[in-house]
Amino acid sequence: MLIIDVILLGIILVGGNDIPVLNPMGFVAQKERDLIITFILLMSFIVIPVFILTFLIVWKYKAGNSHTKYDPDSHHDSKLEILWWALPAMIVFTLAIITWKSTHELDPYKPLDSDKKPVIIQVVALRWKWLFIYPEQNIAAVNFIQFPIATPINFELTADGPMNSFWIPQLGGQIYAMTGMQTKRHLMANEIGEFSGTAAEINGKGFAGMKFVAKASSQADFDGWVQNIKKSTHPPLSKSEYENLARPSENNPVVFYSSTEESLYDSIIMKYMTSTENK
Amino acid sequence: MTDFIFGKLTLSALPHEWFTIAGTISMIAGGISVAIFLTYFRRWKWLWQEWFTSVDPKKIGIMYAIVALLMFFRGGLDAVMIWIQQALSSGASQGYLSADHFQQIFTAHGVIMVFFVTMGFLFALLNYIVPLQIGARDLAFPFLNTLGFWLYVAGAILINLFFLVGGEFAATGWLAIAPLSGLEFSPGVGVDYWLMSLQISGLGTLLGGINFLVTILKMRAPGMTLSRMPLFVWTSLCSMVLVVCVFPLLTATTALLFLDRYLGMHFFTTGFGGNAMMYINLIWMWGHPEVYILILPAFGVYSEVVTTFSQKRLAGYTSMVFATIGITLLALLVWLHHFFTMGAGANVNAFFGMMTMVIAIPTGVQVFNWLTTMYKGRIRITTPMLWFFGFISTFTLGGAAGVLLASPPANFQLHNSLFLVAHFHTMVIGGALFGIFAGITYWFPKVTGIKLNEQLGKYSFWCWIIGFLVSFVPLYILGFMGATRRLDHYDASTGWQPLFIVSALGAFIIAAGVAMQILQIIVSIIQKKQNLDKTGDPWDGRTLEWSTSSPPPFYNFAIIPEVTSRDAFWEKKSSSSKAPKDNHYEDIILPKNTAMGIYISALVFLLGFAVIWHIIWLAVLGLGGALVCFIIRAFDEETEYILPAKEVAKIEAGRNK
Repeated sequence: MLIIDVILLGIILVGGNDIPVLNPMGFVAQKERDLIITFILLMSFIVIPVFILTFLIVWKYKAGNSHTKYDPDSHHDSKLEILWWALPAMIVFTLAIITWKSTHELDPYKPLDSDKKPVIIQVVALRWKWLFIYPEQNIAAVNFIQFPIATPINFELTADGPMNSFWIPQLGGQIYAMTGMQTKRHLMANEIGEFSGTAAEINGKGFAGMKFVAKASSQADFDGWVQNIKKSTHPPLSKSEYENLARPSENNPVVFYSSTEESLYDSIIMKYMTSTENK
Repeated sequence: MTDFIFGKLTLSALPHEWFTIAGTISMIAGGISVAIFLTYFRRWKWLWQEWFTSVDPKKIGIMYAIVALLMFFRGGLDAVMIWIQQALSSGASQGYLSADHFQQIFTAHGVIMVFFVTMGFLFALLNYIVPLQIGARDLAFPFLNTLGFWLYVAGAILINLFFLVGGEFAATGWLAIAPLSGLEFSPGVGVDYWLMSLQISGLGTLLGGINFLVTILKMRAPGMTLSRMPLFVWTSLCSMVLVVCVFPLLTATTALLFLDRYLGMHFFTTGFGGNAMMYINLIWMWGHPEVYILILPAFGVYSEVVTTFSQKRLAGYTSMVFATIGITLLALLVWLHHFFTMGAGANVNAFFGMMTMVIAIPTGVQVFNWLTTMYKGRIRITTPMLWFFGFISTFTLGGAAGVLLASPPANFQLHNSLFLVAHFHTMVIGGALFGIFAGITYWFPKVTGIKLNEQLGKYSFWCWIIGFLVSFVPLYILGFMGATRRLDHYDASTGWQPLFIVSALGAFIIAAGVAMQILQIIVSIIQKKQNLDKTGDPWDGRTLEWSTSSPPPFYNFAIIPEVTSRDAFWEKKSSSSKAPKDNHYEDIILPKNTAMGIYISALVFLLGFAVIWHIIWLAVLGLGGALVCFIIRAFDEETEYILPAKEVAKIEAGRNK
């Protein structure tokens, strides 16, 4: 109990607003936060009684308290045993039901309900930066994404190099990005703002600098942003430009590309699927 | 030619960073001072004959504890270096370590603390206590025991060897997750050090597992049925079942990685048909049960400690045994919860999440039964009991955090964050390590005949528990703040630095606790007279180990005890009809000391070293030599000797004076 108090106190001291996981800005993160809180509450039904019981028993049956009962041979009480199994079983049963439901509801692969057309962002984890390709808008960016709020964003992820884990705490949980495979993550921002995104799986020496910004804006701002990049002097992301980008580099600045080579993302996945040719 | 003789090993590989050089110097200085000490006191022969070549599990247990303690200092120093780096390197400051070194340090910290500290202490306790508790004179396979111990030592030396020989250590995290650990992304010798060290010490662990499994099943004293075994023996048995189940998996997985790195195969590489995710699956199929291998014997220690210091029989023995077996079986069915984020379907994730939560049921049963044991007891609040209370308070929290992590959607938000780091440290420190400390304090009088100083023990406990909270509670919060693990640097705008600093301060409180523990042992030995225990039973114990003298004779029991109930020794003490002391001794068959364990391990060590540096002739020599030694040993038929009954009578008479 003491420990829980200390944690709560710590959270208050830090200020609740600085805690992204508990202060979600996205649809998925909100549900995940609610789930975390539900779990903590349900478990405290068992954790807190254990602390109280321990304290009371020790206090009462401390050696020296000669007036309390001492029963050295009692060791079996069927009713009590059934209770000890049933109590945690009941809590776990409840938690398991919640888990089954929430795991299906919050499956990262499950598209989010919305009347708006989703924005597709293809993500490539590189050493040591994130490449984001917008196949429909035909633009790309490094370490930066922008998207409209209240619109589902369908992330498709892969890696070129060691695997990684893609995470925007305020929008929702992680998913791995792995070579030669594609994973999916569906997120949606509820509010306008800039959220930090990060890499959560170690992938070599530039790992700590592998961060990005996820900017949720209005639809108009997003459209403007796309048009700006398309019209700008940013280079196109050709195959050779990509080869350059894929070389290891640390603390990469944000870079934009005014267009991308067609099916670049697919070719990044497929090159690991070939068995014998040189890469 | 030099290539042939030295392989990849060159002078430029030698240590050249200030902290590796500091490590090198302190290791050489330590080695020289030990050597001088031994020479001055003419102790070399004694050390070789009485200790190194001994097959007595009690001596091997003590040696395990000493090596584990040395490794604990190494791993602890790594931990402090990690803490300081993370407290410093915010914003413009890059801290004092480069990213590469920081990554090597946390990798080494994890590997050492799991494989060489916790496992080492675990085998120390098992070796010393299990034979005594089951009323046996020795283990089933005494030679395997010494071989297993020396393989563990070979692994421990190998993992520290780059301080002397150079190169680097793996910078991949403690499980060397592929494809990062493949040749493409980790071309140096670091991962090879990791591989060979784990192959060798893992083999030692497997031998130990087989040995204890057979010992517990076949060597129990007459009358000690399975349902009369002390709980520590039960949990050790289950832990060793897990060792035998999963350590071959570790050996196979690291062997496949070895083939990738050395022979250009493609099990776990990116491309060419390799699948790195297979590595993650395989390594966690070993890695998760490993956690229970560490924690189960600690549970056993708590059961012993709670019953003894409540002066009461263990409540719900049958429940406790079934809970232990339940945990053992479930441990094999939950590995996927380490990577819910890999993108398996909701059904798969939900199944493994629910399985993980189910483990909370038997664990909860154990906790409730400990409480019931204390109920209507006479609780003596000694240092081992304090460690138990520390365990209850931290472990319940860590367990709750674990259940939270077992829910896939919550896990997506907490995976690989410092919340996770805080969770498993709570389990391993609050669960396994506190259990080891409780066990050491509890059985120290048995091993040495000296009770540990209670006052210092209590100070140490309070330093540990406060230090633990101060350093790990901030990590739970940092996890919610989006801080991922293994960061050598973070932006000032994250606002994480104050918490990292608090966490680092906690480390120094823990260090004070460790200092108290060392002081406790030293002071207790200096004040030997007032701490001496001549009864062999300082705590009013319940199990057979307390029926022997402290320390027990090398043959453990002059007369093998007959067991008629649980808590065999307690029963014997409280039975009113005092049976006349039986003085009829019989010849005792005991294993002979052997140096073959050391020879084989030394040759295997050379093999490991040679493989790391690609020195082919040395590898052939090491492997061939080890095989030859093993064959020689296999043909040695005189591995036992008889201690005549007269001799036993003489020793016993001398002891009873």
